[in-house]
Amino acid sequence: MTDSNAQGVLVVGEIEHGAPSAATLELLAAGRALLRKLPGEHLSAVLAGERAADAAARAIAAGVDIVYTIEADADVASHPDALVAAGLEAAKAASPRIVLGPRTVLGREVLPRLAFRLGTALAQDCTALDLDDQRRLTVTRPIYGGAIQATVTCLSTPSVAAVRPKAYDAEVADSGRAGTVVPLTLDLASTVRARLVERVTRPVEGKRLEDARVIVSGGRGLGGPEPFKKLEELAGLLHGTVGASRAAVDAGWVPAAMQVGLTGKTVTPDVYIAVGISGASQHMAGCGSAKTIVAINKDPNATIFKHAHYGVAGDWQKVLPAFMDQLHELLR
Amino acid sequence: MPLHIVVLAKQVTDSEAPASAYSVDATGKRVVLQGSVPFIVNGFDENAVEAALRIKDAAPDRRITVVSAGTEFALDVVKKPVAMGAEALVLLQDGAFQNTIDPLFTVRALAAAIHKLGQVDLVLAGRQASDWDNSQVPLGVAETLGWPVIHVTQRVDVSGATVRAHRVLPDGHEVVEAPLPAVVTVSNELGSPRYPNMRGIMASKRVQPTVWTAADLGVSRPAPALELAAAALPKRTVETELIKGDDDADAGRKLAMRLREARLL
Ligand SMILES: Cc1cc2nc3c(=O)[nH]c(=O)nc-3n(C[C@H](O)[C@H](O)[C@H](O)COP(=O)(O)OP(=O)(O)OC[C@H]3O[C@@H](n4cnc5c(N)ncnc54)[C@H](O)[C@@H]3O)c2cc1C
Repeated sequence: MTDSNAQGVLVVGEIEHGAPSAATLELLAAGRALLRKLPGEHLSAVLAGERAADAAARAIAAGVDIVYTIEADADVASHPDALVAAGLEAAKAASPRIVLGPRTVLGREVLPRLAFRLGTALAQDCTALDLDDQRRLTVTRPIYGGAIQATVTCLSTPSVAAVRPKAYDAEVADSGRAGTVVPLTLDLASTVRARLVERVTRPVEGKRLEDARVIVSGGRGLGGPEPFKKLEELAGLLHGTVGASRAAVDAGWVPAAMQVGLTGKTVTPDVYIAVGISGASQHMAGCGSAKTIVAINKDPNATIFKHAHYGVAGDWQKVLPAFMDQLHELLR
Repeated sequence: MPLHIVVLAKQVTDSEAPASAYSVDATGKRVVLQGSVPFIVNGFDENAVEAALRIKDAAPDRRITVVSAGTEFALDVVKKPVAMGAEALVLLQDGAFQNTIDPLFTVRALAAAIHKLGQVDLVLAGRQASDWDNSQVPLGVAETLGWPVIHVTQRVDVSGATVRAHRVLPDGHEVVEAPLPAVVTVSNELGSPRYPNMRGIMASKRVQPTVWTAADLGVSRPAPALELAAAALPKRTVETELIKGDDDADAGRKLAMRLREARLL
């Protein structure tokens, strides 16, 4: 599908409490950065859900020129089917050169499907976006679990990309900015085919991994669920929280909500302490942006030592208790 | 007609290969795996096979066909889902089915194969493949067929003409229902795939895969959407300060002192 009249960037956003979500605001900044190379072209966004008009005003302050809004119950708009339909409707109205969305729980389903509906395929999990000299979207993204860094050129119009949350910083809002709101009429409820029956969530105990300044993570090397209590204790001492590798989750030692990595949570603490974790690229994909990584691993050749700023090559059963005793003393 | 499940399964290089096994060839565009990295069935696709088998456990007359697309196959690898308990294996094998970052041709071929199989009620697949981590082929198949989809699930049940699946959330799950035929992708939270037993392995030896080419499927290559412009090993700039001590406990104490001194804790 090529369209020579296509222009501008369309962001498929998400609404949270009547405002664009944090990940959406990041993408608006990413869109503006691309538009610096496309003078005269517009940034548009589609916002579907509850209080879409409120969210639109915030989006304009964040730099959007045209916001397409679709008012709908939050429950309806939480269906990927609804957001795919909303994105498609906005793409028809905007005929964008580029479509962007955040790779969130919703976005990871919505964006590939939207790309296929637009006759193309998605540039997945992008950490950086740019335009080449032919104004084609080129993205940076990890492949093979992060073992390889790829540059991918998008050949179609529109080009569609899913951007990893936290890859871009949101810009400061300017409530004086002007923009246009275009309400779209679309019955989102009628687009839902995979229907939500029930949402079962467990409140997170303590600090969320995404917000923690200190994270203590355990892997297969811990050998069972019991040692995670020790990690809890350490995390408590440091006002942090506990994470895990997928191996620990798959073994059933800890709940999946604790998984850090490519298919788990992306975390950006000041200090990430990895205990009995080998440092597979899929794990590092989720914690590689921590400011300081500390590793305790009995294998001096473990990959984690290629990522860690500080490390002890030793048995955690000996290292950790002494480490904690000493910390107790130092923090007293 | 009893329920017919198709599982999409991709042959990939072992995802447990260490980062040091990866390199990029002289063109700067091709990823090369050094040493003897074996082929495996993509891990999440094995979870999808397990999901299919659990659905079959509930009513043994249900059938499972595994479909895989590629240029070349290691038969003992792609037969593993059959050894686990699937009935049939269809290989979409053609030099044209190159494993590239652009999923469009694969999507088209798989959708055509599902069509050619006749009655298919449910398509299961892993949430993503461990080579490109693209996480879009099953979604593309759903869009091409016009079927509803439930993405990234940890439990899949079928009753009557409805599939009910638990979609993974960061802090729990959603129970989602869709009418059949539908596509559902599966994540590792479903639980470990079963090991093939002796009977399964023997049975799989007798199963001959059906092989279809692009011509058999009547598919041609679509205009490309994505191109791998460059590949590189990620740059590492980290200097690791290894803390040594008289023994492990001493090293632990010194680590605490060092991190405190650096004002990190
Ligand atoms: C598509 C895909 C997505 C994935 N997503 C994720 C993800 O999101 N998150 C994730 O974590 N993984 C993910 N993985 C899995 C990943 O590839 C690794 O398998 C996993 O991270 C390994 O976990 P681990 O480091 O705990 O286990 P292992 O690799 O087994 O490492 C255990 C480590 O513990 C050390 N050890 C053992 N005993 C001791 C001791 N007594 N004292 C000190 N050290 C000890 C060992 O030396 C070893 O280095 C994914 C894989 C794929 C294919």
